[in-house]
Amino acid sequence: MLQQIDVRMPPLLTATGICKAFPGVRALENVRLQIESGEILAVVGENGAGKSTLMKILAGVYTPDAGVIELDGRPVAIRSVKDAGRLGVTLIHQELNLAGHLDIAGNIFLGREPTWGGPLRLLDRGFMDDAASAIMRRLGLLASPRRLVQDLSIGQQQLVEIARALSLKSRLLILDEPTSSLTDSETTLLFTVLSELKADGISILYISHRLKEVESIADRVTVLRDGRNAGELQRHEINHNGIVQLMVGREVKQFYQRSRGDGARQAAVISVRGLRWEKSQRGIDLDIAPGEIVSLAGLMGAGRTELAETLFGIRKMAAGTVAIDGKLLRIRRPKDAINAGVFLVPEDRRVDGLILSDSVKHNTSLASLSLLSRFGIMQRSREETLASAMCERFNIRTPTTAQMVGNLSGGNQQKVVLAKWLSRTPRLLILDEPTRGIDVGAKSEIYALMDALAHSGAAILMISSDLEEILGMSDRVLVMHQGNLAGSIDREALSEEAIMHLATGGGAHL
Amino acid sequence: MKKLIGIFGFMLFLVFLILEATDRERWGDNLFNNGQRIGLAGILCIGAGLLIITGGVDLSIGSVVGLCAVIFCWLILDLPVLAQKHLGMDIYVPVPLAILGVLLSGIVIGIVNGVMVTYLRVQPFVVTLCGLFIYRGLARSLRGDNVPAIREHVEDLSSFFKGDFLAVPTYIWLLLVLASLVTVFLHMTKYGRYFFAIGSNERAARFSGINVDLYKILAYVFCSLFAAIYAVMYVIHYNTVQPSNTGNFLELYAIAGAVLGGCSLRGGEGTTVGMLIGASILVMLPTLANMWGVRDTLEPTIIGGALLACAVLDEFLRSRSKT
Repeated sequence: MLQQIDVRMPPLLTATGICKAFPGVRALENVRLQIESGEILAVVGENGAGKSTLMKILAGVYTPDAGVIELDGRPVAIRSVKDAGRLGVTLIHQELNLAGHLDIAGNIFLGREPTWGGPLRLLDRGFMDDAASAIMRRLGLLASPRRLVQDLSIGQQQLVEIARALSLKSRLLILDEPTSSLTDSETTLLFTVLSELKADGISILYISHRLKEVESIADRVTVLRDGRNAGELQRHEINHNGIVQLMVGREVKQFYQRSRGDGARQAAVISVRGLRWEKSQRGIDLDIAPGEIVSLAGLMGAGRTELAETLFGIRKMAAGTVAIDGKLLRIRRPKDAINAGVFLVPEDRRVDGLILSDSVKHNTSLASLSLLSRFGIMQRSREETLASAMCERFNIRTPTTAQMVGNLSGGNQQKVVLAKWLSRTPRLLILDEPTRGIDVGAKSEIYALMDALAHSGAAILMISSDLEEILGMSDRVLVMHQGNLAGSIDREALSEEAIMHLATGGGAHL
Repeated sequence: MKKLIGIFGFMLFLVFLILEATDRERWGDNLFNNGQRIGLAGILCIGAGLLIITGGVDLSIGSVVGLCAVIFCWLILDLPVLAQKHLGMDIYVPVPLAILGVLLSGIVIGIVNGVMVTYLRVQPFVVTLCGLFIYRGLARSLRGDNVPAIREHVEDLSSFFKGDFLAVPTYIWLLLVLASLVTVFLHMTKYGRYFFAIGSNERAARFSGINVDLYKILAYVFCSLFAAIYAVMYVIHYNTVQPSNTGNFLELYAIAGAVLGGCSLRGGEGTTVGMLIGASILVMLPTLANMWGVRDTLEPTIIGGALLACAVLDEFLRSRSKT
C-alpha cells in the first residue's frame, strides 16, 4: 500500500512535537504522528497513554501547548472543531452525537440545511433526501433518509455519523473505539465501508483496544505509551504480541489468568428456576457453583443484560424463583439482591455504574453507606480509609481519593466500579462486559481479580461479547438467543464456533 | 466552594451598600427588618433547595403556602363551628394543634406530588404545575375565598416571633434551627448522600441499591413541609390570609433563591449555607434598589436580572475553567 504512494506527494497530515498538559498530568510529550492519503492508521495504547488527547487536538477540541500540525505539507492552526471541519478533519466520538428525534437526512445536514425560497429559507427536503440517499448508498446504509435516527441500530447510527462527515467533504476521519458497541456483523460491515473509503483516498485514524481488529484493518500502527511515541509497526509487522509489547513496554506473559480449582461439585451459590421477565419467554434455569466463572454469551439483544438486571432487581421478574445458597430470595429491588450478596457491575459504567461528577471516594462507598454510618450519620474517616484501601488493592491510578471519577481513564473507572462492590463480600458477582473499552493492562488486572474472587468461593457470571475473553476465562459458557438460553457448553467442548452456533440460533433449545 | 465564597462576598457587599445608604441611627432597624424577611424567605429556599438537589422541581410551592395558610385558619375558625353544627360537639382547636395539622397537610401534599413523579412517572414540572392550579383552587374554596379573622388567635405568637433574642430577630433563630437540621441531614448523613447521588445520576444510584423512589418522595415531602412551615409563619407574621393570592409566585422566589445559592437545576449540587445566602440576596437586593429610589414595582425585574447575571457568570467561569 505504502509503496504505491507517490513519494513526492506530502503526507495528508503530519503532527510533530505535540505537547499538552492538564493540571497535574502531562498528557502528551513531544508526540509525532503522520498519516498518508488513503491510509488507515491505527493508534493504540493503554488508557491514559494520550490517544484521546491527541485525537482531540487534531479535531480541534483541545489546543496543543506546543507542536506543529501540517496538512498537505502546509502548517495549519486548528483552534476549534469548526477549524478542523473546514480543513476536512472529523472526529467521530465513541458516544455518538446524533439528534435521535430527527431523521437520517436531518442529522446528516444538521446545522447546514439546504434551503430554497430565498429569504423564506424553506427546507429543501427533496435535495436533502437525494443527497443523503447518495451518501447512504455509498456506505451500504439501506434505509429511508426519513427514518428517525433513534429507531436505527447503533451500527447504523455510526454510519449516519460517517455519512455526515463525508457530506462535509472530510478527508480524515478519526474513529474513536468505533466497534465498542457493534455486533460482529456490524463490525464487518463497518470494515467494508472503511476499506471502500480508503480506496476513495480518504484517510482514517482508527483508535481501538481490540487488537484483532487493528491487525485486520490497519495499514500501519502507531503506539503511544505514557504520552509519548512508543513505536510504530508497518503492515507486515503488525501482530498481537508486537503491539502489546510496545503498549506495555514489556511482554505480557499471562493475559488471561485463570487457575482452576479441583472442580469439586459443591452446592450451587445461585439456583434460578423458570425465570422470566417477559411473558413471551420460556423460563430460564441456571446454577452456578462456588468458585465457578460462568460466561453468558450471545449476540446484542439476546437478553443477557436483561437477565443480569432481573437477577439484580432492576427489572421486574415476571415469573420464576431465585435461591441463593439454597435459600429462596424475593428480589423486588436491588437492595434485596445486595443484601443476599448478589452484586452487578453494569454494562455502561458511565451511565449506570458511576457518578462521574463525584469523587473516587464517594463512588467507592456509594453501595455501602449503611455500613459506613451509625444512626444514619456518615463516619467519614472510615469512608476515607475504605477508599484508600480500595485504591491500593485495585491499583486505581488517581492522585487522591477526592479526584473526580470522570477524570480517570476507562480502566481506572471500571476498577472504581469493582471497588464499589468488592469492598463487600459477594456471593454472586455479575459482570456485564467488564473489560469493554479498557486497556490491556487494566484488563489483565481485572482478570486476576476475577480469578482471586472465584478462589475465595464466590460465583461469577460474566456477560461478554469478546469471544477471546470468554474462552480465556470461563469454566462454562451459557449462550442466549432471543431471550432464551440456547445452550450450555462445558470447558472441554468450548470453541468460538460452538458459541456462535448457539448464539445464532443453530442449537437445539434447552 | 469557590462559587459559595463568591456569592457570600456579594451578600456582604449588599449589606455594606444597604448600611451605606442608611442613616447611622437607623442601621439597627433596617438590619432587623431585613433579618425578619430573610428568616421567612429562607424557609422556602431550603425546602426548594433540598428538592432541587435530588433533581426535582416544585412549581406548586406558592399554592401550597396559600392552601396551608387557609387550612391553618380553617382548623382554628371553622372546624369548631362545623363540629358544633353537625356533631353537636363543643371543641376548641388550640393553635399548636392547628400548626401540627398544617404540617401534616404539607406532608400529605408532598407525598401526593412525590408519588405522581415516582410511581406514575409523570414529569415533575407537569405534576407540580398542575398542583399549582389545584392547590390554589382548594385554598380559595375551602373557606369561600374570605379573608379570615385570625388576628386574635395568633397575637401571642405574633408578638413572640416579631421580637428578638440577643438582638437577633426570632425568625432568624427559627431559620438557623431549621437550617442546622437540614445541614446535618444533607451533609452528614447517608440520606443526604443519597439525595446528592440521585440528583447527580439517578441510574447509578438505583444500580447501587438506593431506593430512589422512596428518597425522591421524601424530597417532595421536605419541600411541601417547608412550604407549610412558611405558611404558619406567614399567618403568624401578617395575621391574615388572602386565599386568592397569598403565596402567589413564591415558588419562583424559592427556586430563584436556591439557584442563586448555588443549587444546580440539573441536580446533585447545592449546600444549605448557599441556600441561606441566596435567600438573603433575594431579600436585600430589592431593598437596596428601593433605597436607591428604584420603584418597587420593578422588584421582580431586579431579581430576575440578578439571577440571570449569576447564571451567565457561572457558565462563563465554568467554561473558562474547562479549557
